[in-house]
Amino acid sequence: MHDVEIRKIVTSVEEIFHEGGPRANTPQKRGAILAVIKNPFAGRYVEEIEPFMEDLKPLGLDLAQRLLAALGGDPKLIEGYGKGAIVGAAGEVEHGALWHAPGGYAMREVLGGAKAIVPSTKKVGGVGARLDVPVTHVDASYVRSHFDAIEVGCNDSPRADELLFVLVMTTGARVHNRAGGLAAKDITGEDGLR
Amino acid sequence: MSADIRKIAVWVEETHREIGKTITPPTRKAVAVAVIANPFAGSYTEDLGELMEIGAELGGLLGEKCVAALGITPAQAESYGKAAMVGENGELEHAAAILHPKLGAPLRKAVEKGAALVPSSKKMGGPGQVLDVPLGHKDAAYVRSHFDGIEVRLNDAPRANEILVAVAVTDSGRPLPRVGGLTHEDAVGEDGLR
Repeated sequence: MHDVEIRKIVTSVEEIFHEGGPRANTPQKRGAILAVIKNPFAGRYVEEIEPFMEDLKPLGLDLAQRLLAALGGDPKLIEGYGKGAIVGAAGEVEHGALWHAPGGYAMREVLGGAKAIVPSTKKVGGVGARLDVPVTHVDASYVRSHFDAIEVGCNDSPRADELLFVLVMTTGARVHNRAGGLAAKDITGEDGLR
Repeated sequence: MSADIRKIAVWVEETHREIGKTITPPTRKAVAVAVIANPFAGSYTEDLGELMEIGAELGGLLGEKCVAALGITPAQAESYGKAAMVGENGELEHAAAILHPKLGAPLRKAVEKGAALVPSSKKMGGPGQVLDVPLGHKDAAYVRSHFDGIEVRLNDAPRANEILVAVAVTDSGRPLPRVGGLTHEDAVGEDGLR
């Protein structure tokens, strides 16, 4: 059991009105939340790290709830999601993998049982490192209009002995999506794929 | 004429710990950004009045976004700042036209009072470039604990014909201020300086 020692929480929300094409009736929102916490395994190799996932569950839930609130609070309006981690330089990329279960399942719970796998990315990086967090549709991974990414980062994070965990959510497709493929209105939404 | 806004982004950061010490309550900073079309991109225009009006519109809009994102009353705002980054087909003077003539009054309304000069910075830049927004106490510029800054960056802005306009508001100073000088508690806040 390790304490989850939070140094910083950052929330960001973008509203996209257009990107050179027709103005959207409802601007798409893209939200991200970052938590910068102490890495309890920094500076040495620790074999047994898996129990920390359990310790991270309340943080996952808190971040998912905060992010949903920042996007208006209605789970039905969330159409895309993703997650990621940047591990400070005194850690290893495996520490970032600890976020998969607590981050992903927290979002799926807060969104009322979203079906699709939560896309993710991770890396080791220094302060100011940027991470392009992938985004896909919450119920059907193949929905082409919702493939997207949100760039995140924070100028003073992660320090060498820290972990930066990220959750992202969007309220809709890319603003001028027109590349065909499976449309959100045509999904079955049962297997998480189509 | 009102601004052609392509995108609005709002960022809030909370610092819970710094160098091993718990910050209670966490210090909080918000910055709101609008990405707008530059009506004067590509050629020299003598009269910049249209950008001055856009400055007035954005001062209120972005100031209110920050206050809302912090979840505070306007009176609880403690410091502020503003900045603009002009895409490469514009001119540095375009940033000046947005920031200096008319942006301040509606921003001051959004944060209630605001006797002090709004600290500012400006530059030319491209997508993904960092803009550092200076912060100073809103009623007494000499309050030393509130000299700070906040970084903004949007991976897709400003494009060549755009301007990125940022307004920052906080409800607190630096996390662990201890370099003396005038304090928030001792400031009179009438002349904008002390």
